[in-house]
Amino acid sequence: MAIAEKLASQQKSISVAEFFEKNKHLLGFDSPTRGIITTIKEAIDNSLDACEEAEVLPDIWVSITKLTKETIRIAVEDNGPGIVPDNVPYVFGKLLYGSRFHQIRQSRGQQGIGISAAVLFAQLTTGVPARVISRTGADKPAYLFDLMIRTEKNEPEIIRKEEYNWDRTHGTRIELEFTGSLAAKRRLIDYLKYTAVVNPHARIQADIDGEWHSFERVSDEIIVSPQAIAPHPYGIEFGTLKRMAAISKDNVHEFLITGFSRVGLKSADQMLKIAGIKGTRKAKGLSSEHLKTLLAAMQEVDVPPPPASLCLSPITEEMIVQGLEKEFELDFVKARTRKAQVFSGHPFIVEAAIGYGGKLDQEGQALLLRFANRVPLLYQQGACAVTNAIAGINWRSYNISQQSLPIGPILLLVHVASTNVPFTSESKDAIAAIPEIEKEITLALQDLGRELKNFINKRDRNKLAEDRARAVCSIIPDIATKVAEIVELPPPDISPIEGQIMRRVVAKKKTEDGMVGVSVTNYTRKPIEVMVYSLSEDNQEEAVPKPDFIDVIGSEFNAVWRITIEPESAWKATYPGKGRGTIDIRGVDEKMKVVVDLDGIY
Amino acid sequence: MAYTEKDKVTQERLVSIAADWYGQMAGGQVPSITLPTRTKANIEYDAKTEVWKYGSKGTTRTANSAKSALHILKMAYVVGFLKQQLNESRSSTLREMYYISEGWKRAKFAAQDESNMLVEDLEIVTKLSREAFHLRPEEDGASIYGPLHLREQTKRGNRDIHCQENVGEAGYPIPSNVENIKFLDHDASFIIAMETGGMYARLMENGFDEEHNAILLHLKGQPARSTRRMLKRMNNELGIPVVIFTDGDPWSYRIFASIAYGSIKAAHMSDILVTPAARFIGVQPSDISDYNLPSDTLTEGDTAALKAILTDPRFDTEYWRHQIRLQLEIGLKSEQQAFASRGLDYVTKEYLPTRLSEMGIL
Repeated sequence: MAIAEKLASQQKSISVAEFFEKNKHLLGFDSPTRGIITTIKEAIDNSLDACEEAEVLPDIWVSITKLTKETIRIAVEDNGPGIVPDNVPYVFGKLLYGSRFHQIRQSRGQQGIGISAAVLFAQLTTGVPARVISRTGADKPAYLFDLMIRTEKNEPEIIRKEEYNWDRTHGTRIELEFTGSLAAKRRLIDYLKYTAVVNPHARIQADIDGEWHSFERVSDEIIVSPQAIAPHPYGIEFGTLKRMAAISKDNVHEFLITGFSRVGLKSADQMLKIAGIKGTRKAKGLSSEHLKTLLAAMQEVDVPPPPASLCLSPITEEMIVQGLEKEFELDFVKARTRKAQVFSGHPFIVEAAIGYGGKLDQEGQALLLRFANRVPLLYQQGACAVTNAIAGINWRSYNISQQSLPIGPILLLVHVASTNVPFTSESKDAIAAIPEIEKEITLALQDLGRELKNFINKRDRNKLAEDRARAVCSIIPDIATKVAEIVELPPPDISPIEGQIMRRVVAKKKTEDGMVGVSVTNYTRKPIEVMVYSLSEDNQEEAVPKPDFIDVIGSEFNAVWRITIEPESAWKATYPGKGRGTIDIRGVDEKMKVVVDLDGIY
Repeated sequence: MAYTEKDKVTQERLVSIAADWYGQMAGGQVPSITLPTRTKANIEYDAKTEVWKYGSKGTTRTANSAKSALHILKMAYVVGFLKQQLNESRSSTLREMYYISEGWKRAKFAAQDESNMLVEDLEIVTKLSREAFHLRPEEDGASIYGPLHLREQTKRGNRDIHCQENVGEAGYPIPSNVENIKFLDHDASFIIAMETGGMYARLMENGFDEEHNAILLHLKGQPARSTRRMLKRMNNELGIPVVIFTDGDPWSYRIFASIAYGSIKAAHMSDILVTPAARFIGVQPSDISDYNLPSDTLTEGDTAALKAILTDPRFDTEYWRHQIRLQLEIGLKSEQQAFASRGLDYVTKEYLPTRLSEMGIL
């Protein structure tokens, strides 16, 4: 037998299931420990996507049980819309079966590989079939399935299918058994925590081998599911164009307008003119040559960016802040949602947040939270465009030390939302280095860095003020006592000094050479409006400035001034007299005022 | 020690510092104190007295930070302590005061340095010396040997001493309070002050004092205040010229500067401590090549110190600029005892007589 013939007898098609069975690492199942995280991640992604589409607030329940020393059972249950019984075997038992692959919009899952890969992984390690329970509504029964994947054909095999008495009215539950360990428990909890941060509308509860973790919902706002849009003419690939043309019934002109987003009459005309193709021709009939010229022409005409607000769903600044505040105790947190941008025809939005202080680790590198379409990225931090962009920023100019990544009690969150997040690999661990995306990340973080710098500066100033206050409160009284002992006089009243340093309002009365001076100094940072009361036997009618009100009670004059004093400035009234009597001010908080009669001191 | 009129003045000046603070606080002000800035940048030459003193730059310490408030509190405690000590006609050493501060709670000194600095601050503010506060210095004075007859007033009566005839080989040790010395008589044509004990002993053994009518003085490194005061008094009151003989390195030039120009730390005491007429005899950088002395190469620290000297206003003279630049150029330093390489008598028979006649003293 000739070699070629011998080889030909061995050549056969490979099922996608077989391929991934051999290349588990491509999907994030490279080790049993990682397999658990990937499985839970895929299940939760599906649950969140499904709930979003059904516009329900997600309630997700995760359970991990150690069955034997080496086997673990994972169950994930949601309150989503459920899956119709006929589709269940395909969703869980066939790779590359999904609803979102052909749509252009932001979603967590895309290819329809994730959860079926988990089923495959379970089947490979323990041979136990996956159990799925799903119900689509209160008026329909729930079904229970035991499923396996026929790897050589990439087709589901139904081991068991029966009606099931389930207390949920709608939702889906999947149970899988693995060989694996809980070695990566810490990372799993991080994953759940980070997922909760970017999905503040979800409640996630987890029972990790008896350990209970609960991530509460902070927002009751249902997320509007992003809509699918037509592809944008920029960055579309030839194959896609050819496929689209082949199924089109329209002429080329209409095909361009209806088939692509943001292409109008005028731009379609321009494209056809450049390509030299008549608009009345059927799109279906165009040769490959014609399609190639058309594709080139499409890139030349000015077309506005895709309608990002429709197909993308950013978390929003408010929700990021709420999510971070809920899961981390921070002294400072600020978020930015940038405007939508485009790379190779795909719209994307970058969101970022910086958290500082609180219970974050005081030393060591910043905590980095990366997200793509609301999914936390846990692996390959070093290979990610986010890490790259962060390391490229000069953090020292924001008074933060840096060793590639910033150092200190800092949390950095970056979320990239896109209709097509460019991952470096199918396991979706790291975002590829796309210059447009890196630029947006840098701009968002620089903006936040400036705010953080302001916060730190202000905090340091406050620290200084506290230091001053401490000195006054504890040391100055000692100085006063010691100094009084040396000069052999009674200790001086140091309350005005306290008022000055503690930033309070100080009212003083002091009589010198037959003139009584009543002064009010505003050491606070805000203007104040106060009433100054002076009760004295001295006739205050001659006071400068004149009192706003004066009343004689027996032999005493009761004078009142109504005044406004700017920060760091003072007001003073004088009148001839002996300085008998008392003063008081009203209109400021008792804690903020100091009244001193300097006539009583010597 | 009896309570004297001088003690009364001292006490008044100390109390007036506290009175200032009292006035500030009674008037609603945060207590503060202004002192001259004690750095190289703030020393100025006073043409009248020919010494270097603090300039006009002042630093104000206001008790509105914990650190400054604590500084003023400590100062207040020291003032209180000194006032009491003067009242009781007692005296103490700086070290003793440092230990006494153990009982001052928050105002206690963290280190001896801190109490020294505070006392220097008080000297500046009161324009009095620490001896006036009845604070005795810790360090020993150096010793002298030569044709000088003096009377020392000791706690056990007056002692008449001839510093050549009735002292041992160690010489006469200078007491901490030089004001207690009365000069009776002398037969000296110059004073030679030396950095090292080895050179002091060499000159004594070779009979340099008798041959040239010289008073030998051992500086013991950086000279104590009492040593500098003694030099100043001998030069001022007896009119004896002073020459300084040290190693040929930057640290030794600073010893000379503290004697002849005034030290940066005690610039407020320059009037009574500095001998502007003192002259540097050697080892000069030019001697290293002229006499082909055994030498060491300059370390990085030496080079940095030499460069610092070039920016020191006290050394801003033609002579020093020339010598320092020369030393930086040759990159070498020599000790004063390096002359021994040419025989034990070389320094007393050749080098010093040559230099002294160059300087017009012999």
